[in-house]
This record gives sequence, structure tokens and C-alpha cells, in this order.
Amino acid sequence: MRKQLDLELISLTKRYGSTVAVDAISYHFKVGTYACLLGPSGCGKSSTLRMIAGHETVSDGSVTLGARDISHLPPAKRGTAMMFQNYALFPHLNVRDNVAFSLKMQGKDQAERHKRAHEMLELVDMVNLADRLPAQLSGGQQQRAALARALITKPDVLLLDEPLSALDPFLRIRMRAELKKLQRELGITFIHVTHGQDEALALADEIVVMNNAIIEQAGATRAVFDAPKTAFVARFLGSHNVIAMPEGTLAVRSDALHIKQAEGAKLPGTITNIEYQGTHVALTATIPGEQEVTAILSDKEFFENPKNLGEAIGLDWEAEAAHALAG
Amino acid sequence: MRNHSIIGWLLATPLTLVLLVFLVAPILMIVTVSFWGATEWSIYPAFQFDNYEFLLGSNVTYRVFFNTFKYALITWAFTLLIGFTVAYYLAFHIRSQTWQIALFLLCTIPFLTSNIIRMISWIPFLGRNGIANSTLMSMGVIDEPLEWLLFSDFSVILAFVHLYTLFMVVPIFNTMMRIDKSLIEAAADNGATGWQTQWHVIVPLTKPGIMIGTIFVVALVMGDFITVRFMSGSQSANVGRMIQNDIALLQYPSASATAVILLITVLLLIGTLLRFVDIRKEL
Repeated sequence: MRKQLDLELISLTKRYGSTVAVDAISYHFKVGTYACLLGPSGCGKSSTLRMIAGHETVSDGSVTLGARDISHLPPAKRGTAMMFQNYALFPHLNVRDNVAFSLKMQGKDQAERHKRAHEMLELVDMVNLADRLPAQLSGGQQQRAALARALITKPDVLLLDEPLSALDPFLRIRMRAELKKLQRELGITFIHVTHGQDEALALADEIVVMNNAIIEQAGATRAVFDAPKTAFVARFLGSHNVIAMPEGTLAVRSDALHIKQAEGAKLPGTITNIEYQGTHVALTATIPGEQEVTAILSDKEFFENPKNLGEAIGLDWEAEAAHALAG
Repeated sequence: MRNHSIIGWLLATPLTLVLLVFLVAPILMIVTVSFWGATEWSIYPAFQFDNYEFLLGSNVTYRVFFNTFKYALITWAFTLLIGFTVAYYLAFHIRSQTWQIALFLLCTIPFLTSNIIRMISWIPFLGRNGIANSTLMSMGVIDEPLEWLLFSDFSVILAFVHLYTLFMVVPIFNTMMRIDKSLIEAAADNGATGWQTQWHVIVPLTKPGIMIGTIFVVALVMGDFITVRFMSGSQSANVGRMIQNDIALLQYPSASATAVILLITVLLLIGTLLRFVDIRKEL
């Protein structure tokens, strides 16, 4: 039986003077979840994470972990560990001493520090670089060292502040696979702040989409992606068309749009752009009301019946593919 | 290719000339004169070791050098303590940059007056019937004036600390400003207390600044003569005073020899310090 270590935010609020950075958000993270806080910059996702970590004071509301209210505890007493955006490795210490820093602060002797640092470095596959200084490591290696340093405190929740943003695109994809694997192995809750929807979709079991200091929508990743509730969520997650229809605003996934004759279709349109993307073709069309929609067709589907720029087409979709949006 | 190398030489020439004329030539001159001979009424060119023999054979020299080191060490300790605290406060506790700059400039205000004026202004304060003594007496803390306040090692070191603390503040502040603030959060995240963060993160990362400040303060105190003269009422001596005395007696060869020994001592000291800390990335 696992310890019950769910993390819960209860009306969590952060005010800086008169500005509200986080406005009374509440959410329940189940233990062992990989959750992403997703949103544009300035939406309050970083402030939320920093309040959970204890690096930002809570203005109102609380954070609980298990049965404990941790809102006002010092960072190291919360059972959380944070991995910083720029990794914040101590530049004067080698990788081993960086990883063992918290043990040194607890006054553990050197033999134990080195032994446990070694275990952590094995976990992130960095044993052979233990004697290097942070400046002698690549971005990916620095990230692993930072991970090892965060995990050595045996946290119940690992907080990651835009962990992949400092890496080049190729490395980003590799490191995100490693993060996911590590989370599965450790079985602890990961809360990952990002502004990249692809990153969030690839990693998260649950996503929390934030905008303007509040949670726009949250839940299981697929449920959110399949049924966005607001235009903001639909646009931010991408691959959705937000279409204003007489009966209300709809979100329809780009790959759920069908192209057919203009007669009998739900919407008429004119092709403005055709982009070949290898496995599929992205077709952009203008529809009444000066709106633009993008349809994604498989290459087979498109080239069986190719279209030209400026051609009039009809756009159609299954009734269940459309989701009515609020606001 | 040729053109480039000519331009390179031309660009380097002005600085080379300045250094040759104002640094290398005077030092060569001093070294040369230090081997000359002197009588009561004349000095004559020669190459002899009399000056050094006399200097290194005299007990007074060692006592004076010891005194100089003592001043340097105590002044260093106090300027470091005060300088580190002030720089730390400015760099980590003042949040807005405007305030940081304003307070930093405030630190430099004393430098708008001359060294000597700042030094002399201590005299009416510390004197036998000065402000410090009369205040303490009227408060009933002491019955009779404290004699050691002025014209003592105490007053010399007080003046040194007053004059040179800023030379510690500036480089330490400069280094501290480059410390990534998230390192302090990372230390807190790893369970470090305030003092542990200070000792294990801030001090090691501030070392280059401390070293530059140390070089400033040590070089200034070791070479000083006017502060010692005024604040000790000519009752204490350091190497600078010894050289000044020789010059006053027109004993240039002997003064030069002392200067050469002092120069070598300071260079050795700084050389030793630089072995411990790499300050190149600060420059």
C-alpha cells in the first residue's frame, strides 16, 4: 500500500502588489501523475510551481501534500524538489558534489555522500562525468546532473520549471523521453511547467492549461485535447480550427475536416495555401466571415484528388468531431 | 598579412610607451640607485651591496616590516568583514536596481574629499579632549580620557579601514552581482540554511572578488606612509615611513634599497595569493 501523497492546490493565490499572478486556482494531482502546467508566458504557471516549491510565498489559499499543509514550510521540508530552468548547478562544485550537496548540508560524512551520489548518477547515466565541473558539460548532461541533484533528496513530488527550453530541438525530444522513463521508474509525481504544447502532449498524463492567472481547462491529456472547452485552449493546443458558426463557436480538429464538393458541405471555402509535409498535406482555406481553417489530409487522400490554389471547395465534418466552445 | 602585423604593432605602441616611461623606467632607476653609495653629504654611482647589507642586517628593518604586515593583516581582516557585509547587503537584499546603484554611489561619497582630509578629521574626534572622549565621559562610561584612541595603532588601523573598505566593497559587489540568484534558491531547495548557503555557495563564488579586494587593500596599506605618520603622531613606523625618512635625509640609495625590498615582498605576497584563486575571468 502506497503512502497517500496526492498534491492538492486549494484556492491558491499569488498577488504581487495589486497584480494577481495566480487567481485562486484549485487542482488535485494524484500521486504518480506526470502533469504539465501549460500556458503562454505570464499566465501564472511558473508562479504556481514556485509556490508549490516554496520559493514564492503563498498570498492566499494553500498547498497540501498527503495530509500535510505545506504552504508555509521551507522548500526542503516540503517533500518537493525543484529542477530549475537553467539547472542552477553550483559552478564551483563538480557533478558529484553538486548531486551530494543536500547530503552535505545534512552533515552526512563523505563516504555516504559519495555512495549515494554515485547511485543517483547511475540512475541518470552520468557516472563517468562525476568529476566534471558544470561548465564542462553539455546542456543535456547539465540537465541530468540537475535531475540527480533534485532526486537525491527522495522527493515525493518533482517540480520541473521549463526543463527542456534550454536544449536544442533534437536533444529536447531525447531528454523528454528520458524524463518520462524516469518518472515511470520512480513512480513519483512530476509537475512540469512548459509553454510548448507538443512537449505537454508527449509527456503528460494530465495537463493543466492556464491563461490569465486561472486554469482554463484541466484533466487527462487526451480528454482535454479531444474536447477543448474554450477557444483559448483549442488554439493553444494547436491542430484545432476555431470556427465561428451562426449557432456558436466550434472547435474542429484539423484532421477531422473533410474536403468535398461545395454543394451539400457544411461550409464553403477557397483554398489559399497548400503545404506538403511528407506524410500529410496541410490545406488552408478561407471561409465566410474572413476566417481561416486548416485541414490536414493524408498524402494519399490529397493526391488521389488533388486541388489547386484558389479552387472552391466544401468543408465537412462529422457531427461528433465538433465541440461547442464557451466564450 | 604584413599590413596586419604593422597595424598590430602600431596599436600596441602607445600603451607600451606609457608603461616603459612610467613603470619600467622608474623601477629600473630605483633598482640602479639602490646599489649606489652615499656619504653624509653626497651620493655617488657605484655597484655595491652596502645598502642591502645594512638593511638586512638591521633589527629595525625586521621590526618595521613586522609592523607593516601587522597593519596590513588587521586592516585586511576588518575591510573584508565590513566589505563583504556591505556588498552582500547591496547585492542580495536590495531588490531594485535603482536603489542598488543609489546606495552604491552613496558608498563612494567619502571619496569626493582627499584622503588626508578624511584622515585628519578623525583627530578632533579621537583626541584627548575630543568628541569621543567627552561623550563617553559625560555618559559616565569612563572617568578619564582614553589615551589609546588617538596616536596609537588603534587610530592607524581605524583610518586604514575607513580609507580602504570601499576597495573591498567594489570588487566583491561586482562578483556577487554575477551570481545567479537561482543558485540561492537551489541551495534552499537542497536544505541549506542561510549560513550554509553563505559559506558553501556565496563565499566560494565570491572568492575572485575577495582576492582582487585583498590585493588592493594589501598593496595600499603596505605602501602607505602618510596615514601612519598622521594617525600615529609619528610614534609608529612602517616601511613607507622608513623610506620617507631616508628621502628626507637625502639618503636616496638607502631609500631605493628599502623600496626594492618592499616591492619584492608585495609581489611575492600577491603572487602567493593568486596561486589560490583564479581571478582572470573577473578582469
